[in-house]
Amino acid sequence: MMPWGLALAAVLFSLGLAGLLARRNLLLVLVSIEVMLNSTGVAFIAAGSGWNQPDGQVMFLFILAVAAAEVAVGLALTLQLHHQYETVDMDAAAQLRDREEE
Amino acid sequence: MPVLFAIAALIAIVATALAITRLDAVHALLYLVVSLLAVALALFALGAPYLAALEVIIYAGAILVLFVFVTMMLNLGKAGRRQERAWQPGRSWIGPGVLAALLLIELAGILLRAPPRLPVHTIGPEAVGQSLLGPYVVGVELASMLLLAGLVAAYHLGRGLVAKQNTKMKAGAR
Repeated sequence: MMPWGLALAAVLFSLGLAGLLARRNLLLVLVSIEVMLNSTGVAFIAAGSGWNQPDGQVMFLFILAVAAAEVAVGLALTLQLHHQYETVDMDAAAQLRDREEE
Repeated sequence: MPVLFAIAALIAIVATALAITRLDAVHALLYLVVSLLAVALALFALGAPYLAALEVIIYAGAILVLFVFVTMMLNLGKAGRRQERAWQPGRSWIGPGVLAALLLIELAGILLRAPPRLPVHTIGPEAVGQSLLGPYVVGVELASMLLLAGLVAAYHLGRGLVAKQNTKMKAGAR
């Protein structure tokens, strides 16, 4: 059973990575990050259940806390970006980039 | 592989794939809710009933409500969908898709050499709680500080915004 749980985690993580790399909408990028964090939790729980240890579930709780904090700050930043630039495009926030590239 | 886990995993993968490719943010979020509920069922099948409940309450409940709320505040609508279509032509998925597929192949290679299949052990909330407040109690304190920092940061980032919007609305009302 454990390899199947880990396989589910691997597929979900890959999907999240593809979304993170492809999307430009900051909201959807945050969604992809959530998918990736969640898949990491699935891997922890599959491993913990396979070895009969509660530590995997404890790690999932910590991941939950990190995800909640990350999403609160990320969504506040999304609102700020939309307020400043009237768009949710991540590339709009590239003011610190080296000018010579352009 | 039990049937319950297989069905839940299939739903989770399909719903996640749909969620990351939707043009409309609201559709993406609704598919993400389906995906998270399916993952909760998979966690239950993997022998973690307490965490399955927490997944529904916190992920599919609290975090997704936050997403839906912000989507509502941004109010992108039809213009947002048109913008998304311009941002996401089909070929924008080639590079990320290839990279993610390579990662998946690597992970599959590792999993094929994984130790033989272990039986599923159900671990109830008692064992989790004893472990959490026993050896991991420092982690709990640190997580609470992280959440406080997140709260303060979100308040700080959002405060000026709300004040400005209020003045704009008042000006509009006049």
